Amino acid sequence: MRLITLPILMLSMFSVSTFAEEHVVSQKNKSFSENKISINVGDTVHFLNKDPFFHNIFSLSDEQYFDLGSYPKDESRSVVFDTPGEIEVECAIHSKMFLLIEVKKSEDN
Amino acid sequence: MKTLLFYFTLLVSQLSYAAETEPTDYTFIAGHPSLQQWLLPTPIPTPKDNPLTAEKVSLGKMLFFDPRLSGDNNMSCATCHNPMLGWSDNLTVARGYKSKALTRATPLIINLAYNNLQMWDGRIKTLEEQALAPMEAELEMHADLSQKIALLSGIDGYVTAFDNAFPDQGVNTKTMAMAIASFERTLISNNSRFDTWVKGDKSALTADEISGFKLFVDPVKGNCAVCHSPPNFTDDGFHNIGLASFGHDNPDLGRYNQRRLNLMKGAFKTPTLRDIALSAPFFHDGSAQTLSDVVEHYSEGGKVKTNLSPNFTANTLTPEEIASIVSFLNALTSPHKPFTLPTLPQ
Repeated sequence: MRLITLPILMLSMFSVSTFAEEHVVSQKNKSFSENKISINVGDTVHFLNKDPFFHNIFSLSDEQYFDLGSYPKDESRSVVFDTPGEIEVECAIHSKMFLLIEVKKSEDN
Repeated sequence: MKTLLFYFTLLVSQLSYAAETEPTDYTFIAGHPSLQQWLLPTPIPTPKDNPLTAEKVSLGKMLFFDPRLSGDNNMSCATCHNPMLGWSDNLTVARGYKSKALTRATPLIINLAYNNLQMWDGRIKTLEEQALAPMEAELEMHADLSQKIALLSGIDGYVTAFDNAFPDQGVNTKTMAMAIASFERTLISNNSRFDTWVKGDKSALTADEISGFKLFVDPVKGNCAVCHSPPNFTDDGFHNIGLASFGHDNPDLGRYNQRRLNLMKGAFKTPTLRDIALSAPFFHDGSAQTLSDVVEHYSEGGKVKTNLSPNFTANTLTPEEIASIVSFLNALTSPHKPFTLPTLPQ
């Protein structure tokens, strides 16, 4: 999978807007690398699994629903956050995992 | 530039994993540092707003064993969570009000204090919230709590016990729940032969049991520890493990009712395995009579495979390997401690 992932990432380096920011939140030892992050509308968060087993990251928040499905170690799934608000992110499998993403409008900065 | 830097960071991060130590890199020598993660932390996790006291535990024990706290005055928490049956009931599925069969097996209640969520489907967060739920449930204890509070308030021994445990707070559902939760937090199993071995006593486990532990944590063998992970043999997670009952009409969807995600259909909480040998039958539907049945189920890769947990990998085990894992599971039972039943005030 890494062989596939790397070229895609390298290609995509040249196709991403320079305005929106990219953030990586990893999953390791059944925890998110951050408890809370603050981003802007339009930013992308890459959820990167660093555990030797599957995670299934999701949010049931009203502002932004997503279910990234389950994916193994060294793979990531990405979400572009397009609505301001506080987004609660969990892992369906591991109930202790919790991340709060504060999505701010650009003018909030 | 920021974008380029981001991708460089992501790539380096991905390429560096191979060098990391996996949790399965154990040295199987009694007392070895790599094993210490399996010891339960102390003191017992307790919420700040309900610290453990002897008075609360004593009151909670009385309430836990009092059959008058049910609709027919004949069923206590201990009817299903019976200490003589491993704090469970040895039934396939629990029997509730008027002995009606419920849909799930009674879970053992050992080491609840370490749980992140309560109930098979994790629908309740704290022990304080959980304590009254089966009491009120129409199909379970079927109690009218306002009547039960009135009952307890009319019994001098209880009024005194509540006063001692909760000065100036009175007899009410909140204090009742706090007392029961406090008692439940004291039901701990952390002194098995496995624990003794982890602490350094090399004679505590047999060679076969150590072989079983190796198979238990080996991802290409038992692969048990991927979910039954340290220290309490649970990942506080939810998994569909391919039980036959998931293939029945209108199956129990478990965690899906709390989190409407496809992966959660038929997923249930990973139970602790400490003292597990005392609480047959096994699985949330009570479908496995013995621990051998349990391990064979996993070795065969489950029965209904339509929504298996991605962390469930079927690795065929030999009968000898299955027997070794079962031997190991039997070494997770803490020594029997005499248990004194309370005298209930009248």
